[in-house]
Amino acid sequence: MRYLTDRKRAEGKGAARHGTEHHWYMQVSAVGLAFLVPTFLYIFGSALGGTRQEVLDTFSHPFAAILTALVLVVGMRHFAKGAEMMLQDYVRGTRLKISLIAVQALSYTIIATGLFALARIAL
Amino acid sequence: MVQFSLPKNSKLRTGKTWPKPEGAKNVRKFQIYRWSPDDGENPRVDTYFVDMDDCGPMVLDALLYIKNKVDATLTFRRSCREGICGSCAMNIDGINTLACIYGLDEIKGDVRVYPLPHMPVVKDLIPDLTHFYAQHASIMPWLETKTNTPAKEWRQSIEDRKKLDGLYECVMCASCSTSCPSYWWNSDKYLGPAALLHAYRWIIDSRDEATGQRLDELEDPFKLYRCHTIMNCAKTCPKGLNPAKAIAEIKKMMVDRVV
Repeated sequence: MRYLTDRKRAEGKGAARHGTEHHWYMQVSAVGLAFLVPTFLYIFGSALGGTRQEVLDTFSHPFAAILTALVLVVGMRHFAKGAEMMLQDYVRGTRLKISLIAVQALSYTIIATGLFALARIAL
Repeated sequence: MVQFSLPKNSKLRTGKTWPKPEGAKNVRKFQIYRWSPDDGENPRVDTYFVDMDDCGPMVLDALLYIKNKVDATLTFRRSCREGICGSCAMNIDGINTLACIYGLDEIKGDVRVYPLPHMPVVKDLIPDLTHFYAQHASIMPWLETKTNTPAKEWRQSIEDRKKLDGLYECVMCASCSTSCPSYWWNSDKYLGPAALLHAYRWIIDSRDEATGQRLDELEDPFKLYRCHTIMNCAKTCPKGLNPAKAIAEIKKMMVDRVV
């Protein structure tokens, strides 16, 4: 039992004074992915069914390699920030903090692994 | 985690079926949520029958018929009976709306009436709106000025006045906020569509001089950015307003400040 006024409950700890950069990043990355993903899918699709060497040749081309790197970085950061929003919706307390750390770690791990693989192919 | 299922003491059970009105030929079935804090029992759904030949055309008319002629203990708020006061907001046939302006002819089959969802219930169809009103108060719903008050009046052009249309009409019935899943899960921090619509009404008012302060107070991952543009608020608003658009306008102003 806490004797708080209704107004104090409503105002809580006040405004965090941030959130707009997150909102703007999601808008910008969504527009970016709208161009990146279809192009990536076209290149990925055209490489499907080829021999190992043909696939390696496709992804060692600078355009395909840079595009794939962009899809990885922008896509995974977009995923992480979107998942952060979703977790904040439904999860509370320590579980939320652990989940947020896990999502960020997963995002950066996938980016690092993908970029490493891409470097091995393209360089 | 948020609570997705009802606690044991909130689970609905079948309630009493009240007798049909004697001699009535045009009878309609109503299923109405009942709960009293006094008896310690779970909420129930009572079944009533209304003689439609002796009842007005709106859902509120039927509720008044039940209260006056069948069961005087049925409890609900009402006042103006013309969609101005917002008192009789409730969930009718799955839609949050005002009982006084929702026609019975708009409902097919039995009429199901529940209190506004995801709010504490005071009794029967009356939700506890204390927190909702406190959130409204927190957005400073008044003209905030720094310039000395003019001798006559704060002037406003016709164009600037028009910007308030679609905002000032809100009657704070809470239909929009209680239809918003984000508000269901995070009403402790998220202001909800109604409070944000009112916030925008004062932000966009050409006479108000606290625009920056108002935006500062809203810039928060929860207070404002918990809106995911689900649009339930615009769909359910009994006054035909669009809180989602007002929230989007606030977000645009936030972006304009930093980009």
